[in-house]
Amino acid sequence: MENNHFHTIVIGAGPAGLTAGIYLSRAKMKTLVLDSGIAGGQLILTHEVANYPGIEKISGYALSENMRKQALKFGCEMLSGISIATIDFESTMKSLSLTNGKKFTADTIILATGGRSRTLNVANEDFFKGRGISYCATCDGDFFQDKEIAVVGGGNTALEEAVSLTKYASKVTLIHMLDHFQAFAHAQEEAMNNPKISFMMNSRITSFNGVDKLESVNIENLLTHEQTEMKLDGVFVFIGYEANTDFVQGKCIRLNDRKEIITDEKLQTNVPGVFAAGDAIDKKYRQITTAVSDGTIAALNAIEFINTRKSLQANHANSLIV
Amino acid sequence: MVLPTNLQHLATANDLTKTIQEHNHVMVCCGRMGPMCIPVYGIMEELQSEYKHVAFRDMAFDSPEAHIIRNLPECRGFMGIPFTVYYKDGKVVAATSSIQSRDQITSILDREFKG
Ligand SMILES: Cc1cc2nc3c(=O)[nH]c(=O)nc-3n(C[C@H](O)[C@H](O)[C@H](O)COP(=O)(O)OP(=O)(O)OC[C@H]3O[C@@H](n4cnc5c(N)ncnc54)[C@H](O)[C@@H]3O)c2cc1C
Repeated sequence: MENNHFHTIVIGAGPAGLTAGIYLSRAKMKTLVLDSGIAGGQLILTHEVANYPGIEKISGYALSENMRKQALKFGCEMLSGISIATIDFESTMKSLSLTNGKKFTADTIILATGGRSRTLNVANEDFFKGRGISYCATCDGDFFQDKEIAVVGGGNTALEEAVSLTKYASKVTLIHMLDHFQAFAHAQEEAMNNPKISFMMNSRITSFNGVDKLESVNIENLLTHEQTEMKLDGVFVFIGYEANTDFVQGKCIRLNDRKEIITDEKLQTNVPGVFAAGDAIDKKYRQITTAVSDGTIAALNAIEFINTRKSLQANHANSLIV
Repeated sequence: MVLPTNLQHLATANDLTKTIQEHNHVMVCCGRMGPMCIPVYGIMEELQSEYKHVAFRDMAFDSPEAHIIRNLPECRGFMGIPFTVYYKDGKVVAATSSIQSRDQITSILDREFKG
């Protein structure tokens, strides 16, 4: 990577960023895709994808590997495990530096940093991760054979996973902050008809207790503020997702109140030449198909942006000669 | 029984014993091919070129041979895969349960295996 100037730098190598990488490099744009983790994004957290058109069933990991290899084959450059130190979105020539000292410039930037599972933000949550707290029922469900567990959340995932965890656990308590669930009616019905599941509405976990592993949680009733201790062996957390936009907060990129990036129909942000795609943007449906669609649109508009600017510059130069 | 990753695999408990005899610094990730484990294998794969003094290995959690990891006292209380164990001079110096970020892994490598 000798010449550190790129037509486009894509930040995030999930389905949106990798798709942008495929389109840009196939159009012979010098493209760099950066990722703070490993390529694939949330796709690698997906056991099996069954709703990607044209592919009946594929593991998320295999699909992301295919996308990554396709982008590399077209000449896309990629760096993973990076951390961005500084970034200048506003100048005509965008620039960024990494904490390892590397510096890059670009005509355009595409933000495709996706999202992550929300955590409860309760003290000791990180310590008990893998010691009773889990975020993946298919991965860790079998550790809770005949044990008493809780599932936190009120959306489709929480209710569906609560039902699936009854295969292992002797008792599942669904803990939810509101007095109603946001899940689809059929998911609610299935959970309510399951004799192993009980419900604790208007409640939240305020502390995780135990020595080596989780032994109990403290729960606050949000209506009465009464605190109770519940003995249990595990807690599965499914409380939705949040956008990975921490690194642009406080900068010039406009975000909504959920900290998602606001874009126009070209997926351009409020800053010219800075586009955004995938789960990190302000939109309703977050799927692989919508992410790859966003990646395509952002890439094509970035190409148009670069070409338009180039022809404007050429016209300007010609007019000076005349 | 081995995992389909690009890491070197430990198929038997003996493989692990031999590896920790032959290498001073060993990191073993014992898991399945699931969402909490694959990112850890990917990070280990990438770290191999940076941490040449560390032997990175994986082991299939569901193999009966994995008792050598599953039954470690350091893994008592673990209820999430993968179980990741760090050995220095043949002894366990750190162990984690469930998915870990690159930063969490490198901070253990830097702390336990410096130099
Ligand atoms: C468990 C699970 C199962 C799912 N199942 C399905 C399914 O079956 N079908 C379906 O269509 N969708 C599914 N989804 C949703 C789908 O995975 C996402 O909608 C999709 O991955 C979003 O793609 P993305 O590229 O926008 O973001 P992500 O996939 O989140 O990728 C973003 C990337 O950006 C990187 N990044 C973040 N911050 C930075 C930074 N500051 N600097 C550099 N890089 C950064 C991350 O490391 C990540 O690799 C599932 C999601 C999960 C969590």
